[in-house]
Amino acid sequence: MSQAARQRSGNLPDINQRNADWYIDKLVQYLVFLSGISAIVLIVGIFVFVTIEGLGFLFEDFSFREFFLSPWWEPTDEDEPTYGILALMAGTASVTGLAMLVAIPFSLGSAIYVAEFASGKKREFLKVLIELLAAIPSVVWGFIGLSIMNPLIIDLFDVPVGLNILNAGIILGLMAAPIMTSISEDALKAVPDRYREAAEALGGTRWQVIYKTVLPAAKNGLLGGVLLGVGRGFGETMAVLMATGHAINIPGSVFDSVRALTATIAAELGETAVGSPHYQALFTIGIFLFSITFVINLSADLIVRGIRKS
Amino acid sequence: MVSAAEAMTMASDNPDSKVKLQVRDVGIRYGSTTAISDINLEVMENEIFGIIGPANAGKTSFLKTINRMNDFDTSMSIDGEILFDGINIREVRNVYALRNRIGVVFPLPVGLPLTIYENVAFVPRLRGIRDRAELDVIVERCLTRAALWDEVKDRLDSLGSLLSGGQQQRLTIARALSQDPELLMLDEFSIAVDPVTTMRIEDVLKELKQEMTIILVTNLVQQARRLADRTAFFLDGQCVEIGATEDLFTGQVQDSRTTDYIEGRFG
Repeated sequence: MSQAARQRSGNLPDINQRNADWYIDKLVQYLVFLSGISAIVLIVGIFVFVTIEGLGFLFEDFSFREFFLSPWWEPTDEDEPTYGILALMAGTASVTGLAMLVAIPFSLGSAIYVAEFASGKKREFLKVLIELLAAIPSVVWGFIGLSIMNPLIIDLFDVPVGLNILNAGIILGLMAAPIMTSISEDALKAVPDRYREAAEALGGTRWQVIYKTVLPAAKNGLLGGVLLGVGRGFGETMAVLMATGHAINIPGSVFDSVRALTATIAAELGETAVGSPHYQALFTIGIFLFSITFVINLSADLIVRGIRKS
Repeated sequence: MVSAAEAMTMASDNPDSKVKLQVRDVGIRYGSTTAISDINLEVMENEIFGIIGPANAGKTSFLKTINRMNDFDTSMSIDGEILFDGINIREVRNVYALRNRIGVVFPLPVGLPLTIYENVAFVPRLRGIRDRAELDVIVERCLTRAALWDEVKDRLDSLGSLLSGGQQQRLTIARALSQDPELLMLDEFSIAVDPVTTMRIEDVLKELKQEMTIILVTNLVQQARRLADRTAFFLDGQCVEIGATEDLFTGQVQDSRTTDYIEGRFG
């Protein structure tokens, strides 16, 4: 019987004999490995390129003190150009910070609503709408900042200029919120229903179940969503360029105009001679941005790992 | 503790039987914690080999090493050697062919996200069987043996993951049988199955013994008594005792802890 049964079930290779399936498996493993490696090669390539372009500046005109501590970014000054990014860093940090204050409550709230409370058609409709929001190009957001938010802020707060941290922070927050909502909602949906059922069976209210069971279980995904939003805020260029006022300034209040690191590169790179100190200084900002993004992602990874362990 | 030599003599009681699985000095560690150590035993062809023991005795870890499921778990390190048909499983050149010969049923059923029919036809299809009539025969035979056919024959195209817990468990048994395994490892298969169905499956296992070797890990000592030809008692990562099942249950033991466990005085 056993022999007959085995013949009926098709061909089975000897356990010491490699067949076509085994070789296909190895081939696929190598192909997947290659695609994985290529991502790393590309990242390293970009970093090397940016570093080489900025290298001349780093070795000749670069002064650590001036670069990080001087608020004067005057690369076109004919007598004595200065390259200080303190004001630019303050601009990027203040806009990103405000954007997160706007985006985190909005996106977590809507993610919890869509994932836990909305049902049926309402849920589908909201999801489509959120995805649509995420697809709006950043220049359109910048335009909204310029033409709608600007006069609105001037009217409401009685300030001379409406292109400032408040404007850019709100715009950037609204831009980041859809993606953060999407990711947070996925994280909440990934929590198995049996957790909810078990907690509800213990007599927990909807909100108690969400707060005590679902949110802790989705912690990693939610944190991932927030950090992606931070990264988005940091890297966003066009909307920030249009809505901040693009004025070099260490802000004293949310009504001050500022300038962001990314916007500086975008606005000035086309105007500089390739290889000039100004050009190289812009690439040095690029290196700095790259390093920050790297640190954010790395710490996100470490935090998530830490959560997993504990 | 049973030495390798003793295990050898016990196994050779029946001169006709052939050793299917030989386990020598096997130990498993997860990082610095030891799950099991110094396991020496032999499983003979066409016997049902029972493994009993309280939770955390290392029974499941032990099963995982036999079909090299430990390859997925990098924190797990293994000493000693396991010979399947005399071949060291750590040195086989085609681990997939090895796993194909060993069927496993885990304590919590894992219905693949496929229809009932496709769950059972999964392995035959992997092996290149395309003929629908041939697949139909295999599916019906395996589901019947797993005591599930009557309940699902009219809805073979619905999702396997929608079945109840006990039905999913029987589906995974049917799936393991579709492999036509040379060695079938059941890890507490009856955990979600009602007593009547459990009895039906137990009857099938007694028949299947003619075709394959079965390792039965169970929490129900009486189940081991009903089914197993020989039984090993695992405790805290050690194999305390191996013997003919009837001997163990009639108090002919070398270690009194075995009787204590069987009679429910601890564990």
